[in-house]
Parts: sequence; C-alpha cells; structure tokens
Amino acid sequence: MGLPNASEDLSSEMEVDAFRRLFPLRYFERHLAESIRPDARPLSRARDTTISMGAVASADGSALAKIGSTTMLAAIKMEVMTPSLESPDEGCVSIDFHMPPICSPLVRPGRPAEAAPVVAKQLSDTISRHELSLVGGKAAWMVYLDIYCLDADGALFDAALLSAVAAFSNLQIPTVSLDDGKIVMLPEEQKEENSEKEPVNKEKRKLTLGGIPFSLTCILHKNYILADPTSEEESIMETLVTVVLDSSNQLVSLYKPGGAVLAYTSAVQDCIALTRQRVKELHQILEEAISGMEID
Amino acid sequence: MEVDRADGRNPNQLRPLACSCSILHRAHGSASWSQGDTKVLAAVYGPKAGTKKNENPEKASIEVIWKPRTGQIGKPEKEYEMILKRTLQSICILTINPNTTTSVIIQVVHDDGALLPCAINAACAALVDAGIPMKHLAVAICCCLAESGYCILDPTKLEEQKMKAFAYLVFPNSILSVLPEGSSLVQGEPMEHGIITSVTHGAMSVDDYFHCLERGRAASAKLSDFLRRSLQSKLPADLSKAG
Repeated sequence: MGLPNASEDLSSEMEVDAFRRLFPLRYFERHLAESIRPDARPLSRARDTTISMGAVASADGSALAKIGSTTMLAAIKMEVMTPSLESPDEGCVSIDFHMPPICSPLVRPGRPAEAAPVVAKQLSDTISRHELSLVGGKAAWMVYLDIYCLDADGALFDAALLSAVAAFSNLQIPTVSLDDGKIVMLPEEQKEENSEKEPVNKEKRKLTLGGIPFSLTCILHKNYILADPTSEEESIMETLVTVVLDSSNQLVSLYKPGGAVLAYTSAVQDCIALTRQRVKELHQILEEAISGMEID
Repeated sequence: MEVDRADGRNPNQLRPLACSCSILHRAHGSASWSQGDTKVLAAVYGPKAGTKKNENPEKASIEVIWKPRTGQIGKPEKEYEMILKRTLQSICILTINPNTTTSVIIQVVHDDGALLPCAINAACAALVDAGIPMKHLAVAICCCLAESGYCILDPTKLEEQKMKAFAYLVFPNSILSVLPEGSSLVQGEPMEHGIITSVTHGAMSVDDYFHCLERGRAASAKLSDFLRRSLQSKLPADLSKAG
C-alpha cells in the first residue's frame, strides 16, 4: 500500500487541517503519543460539564445538561394511572429519546436516527422504578420522560443520563386529592381555596432517588483509553465502553457493543477507575446545580 | 454454595447445545443454533454490491435484521440489532470486500432465556457457512447473578426473571494455528480472554462482574470447542463436492 509511509512524509509539508482530514487516524495517533488530544485535553479528562435546572417551565421537572458541546434537554411530565394487576404497587416510566435533524448532519428529517431507540433502551435499563405508587392497587404515577438531543457531539448516553438524573432531582410531584374514590389533580391556584379536599400526597412532593447513576464513555484504541470522546473521535476510533456506576459504587451497566479492540481485564479496571472519579465530579456538579436552584 | 436449579443443572452447566448449518437452500449461508429450548435461525445473504448511506464505502458493511417470534420489532430488538451488528463487524475482515453489504437475518424460533447470546452464536455459524472472511469466531454466553451473590450460566427465561442482574458476554474463539505458544498473549492475558461485547442489566458490585467474567471465560472455552466441532464436521462433505 505504501500509504502510511506517504502520510509520514507528507505531514511535514502539508497544512495541519489538510492532514487532519486526509489521515484522521494518523493525526490522532500523533497526538496520543504525546498524551494529549487535539482539543488540548489530557487523555483521561472529560469535557466541561454544566447543568441548569428547570429549563422547561410547563414540565413537572426539567434540566438542560451540557458536556462540552453535547447538549441534552430533559423534561418530565407526570400523570395518574391505574397500575396493572401484576404489579399493583408500581408506577411506570416511559422514556423517549429524540434526535431531531438539528443535532447532527447524520440525522435526516423523516428518518429516525439509529442511535435513538438504543439510547432510550439503555436509559430505561439504568433508571430504576422509584416509589411511584399513590394508593396501593388503585393509583400510581405514570412518568413521561422526554429527552431532546440539541447538539450531538459524542458521549450521547452520558449526557442523556445526566440530564435525566438532573430532571428527576428537579421534579416537583403535583398534588392530588381523592374525590369520591377517584383521584383528581389539584391545580396550583386552587390549593388554598378548597381545603375540604385533602391532598393525598401532601408530604411527598419530592422523589427520593435511590442510588443515582452516572456514566462515563471511554474509547479504547490500542493501549490508550480516551475518556468522554467527541463525535469526531467516536467516528475515527470505534471501540466504545460505557460504564455506569451509582453513587454507592455499584456497577449498573458495563456496555461494550463490539469494536475492533478487545477489552482485557486491566483495561476494564482502568475504565471503571476513571468512571469512579467522574462519578464524584458529576455528583458535585449536580449538588451545585440543585443548591443553586434553592437559592433562587 | 449449592444452588438448586429447576432443571437440575449445576450452576456452571450449560443447556444441551445443537447447531446445524446450511439448512436454508436459497440463503448463501444459514445456521440454526439452540441452547435448550431457546432456538434461533440465522441466514446470511451477501456480499451484495454497494453500501447504504452513511456507511464507509471503503469497507464491507454488515446489516442485521432481527425478526421476533411474533409481532413488530421494538426498542429492545433495535438494540439487539445494533449490538449484533457491531459484534459481527469486529470479527469480520471488512477490508477484503469493500463497498459491499452482507445481510444477516435473525429469526427467533423460541425464546427461553439467553436469547441474544444464542443469536450471536447462530449468526457466527451462518457467516462461516456463507464463507465470509473472518478474523476469528466469537462465542457468546449469559451469566446471571442472584441476590445472594452466586452466579449461574446460561439461564432459562424463568431464572432470568428471578435474578437481580445478568451479563451477556462475547469472547473471541481461540485461534488454532501454527503461531508459536504464547505469541497470542496480550498484556499477559491470552487473546480469548478479551471482551468483544459486554452488555449488563441490573446493579451488581464490580467484584461480582469480574467473577461473572471469569465464569464466562471458562464456559466460553467449552462453547468454542463445540462450535469448532460442529463446523468441522461438515467440512469433509464440502471437500468431496469440490473435488
């Protein structure tokens, strides 16, 4: 072939941008050998992460999460439903992950993105059914969680999970009351006026999350492990490992769908260690976002 | 710790395996794979000319179509398709037939637990039957973890529902070749210990995961032997046809 050698010679004569487009893998490997990435991050550093709570006023809970330029908007709407006979004390969470054409050049209008149902399925595996029962056997909460991807720049699952977790911690459960054995939602304004209708869930306005799951996606390439990849990195080096740990350090998911590089025990351990660090960071970011809300 | 399983197996025992190749005569390659009552049929068509949009035309592309036993495909099936596609991409040599598409069709015949591993094994046998160039074979196994922390292999549907967590693991098949002993060691581990695919469901401790990994590796050796034997048994007939 002679191609790799040709690129070696060309790299000194060619402009950097041209080299990056023509030999993307070579370009990245040159950086990796120096333990740095093209966006000036060390290999194991995740991008800057921000959370802003309450981004959607009409939702019961919402949050906007950004990891680098990957942006996710999550919103929760709650409805009362009759639980099924098999699980009378359980509510239901319905998760939809949307990837509109605005988020990436790979998504065409009219045709749903391939990644969307996969991310939604992964999310529903990681988010556990919390106490969503209202009146045992009669009423429970149906939770609609919608996540919109506004900008898809890699690590979609991480950002989606973070926005979902943030939206859950922002959630204000609406008050409901019993009316002739039927459950009625109380509109916010009427709360003081008709005091004869006693709210059923006066004290339970917040959802207590059990172990909060946080995730980190890593790329395996040769012996390098790159944390929190951008979409460019994801398209060039295809072996991805997503580790989800909850706040009590339980492994919720270790997800590696194929890829050219095999994960050996040491690499898996390294990924888990990186995720442990990241969970601490994310936990702090989330706490800060919540306390910021309370001051307002 | 002693564990009682409904069918009287011990925790490390797999269900009876069965594999038959070339069962569909219009497909370029086909195989059925069953583990106990779970049975999956796989057919391979290709390589066909051209790749779809968004695929790299410099490489062969693989397309996976999952057909459930009844009804439409939903989110879980979409995820299975994606996992299967990525797994097969990593074991096939994609540079040999650039700008072609190989379709792998998976038909679920009966689901009695460990469905995805069964489908991966079937797809792998069907690809060999179709003569698609591959780096190595892959074997898939399901490990289940109970509340008390013990681990069982190849669960049935009932066992899967009772367990708190499970992991689907795919390992490469050990290469039988002329390479000298020890040359296939990577970072002090034999090549067949590397994980191609790992999908977990439910919370477990990190130690439990590594425990599952160990059990899975041990069982995958048995599975690879079986896969190799069932693929070899059809070889003499082929050779006589060719001769």
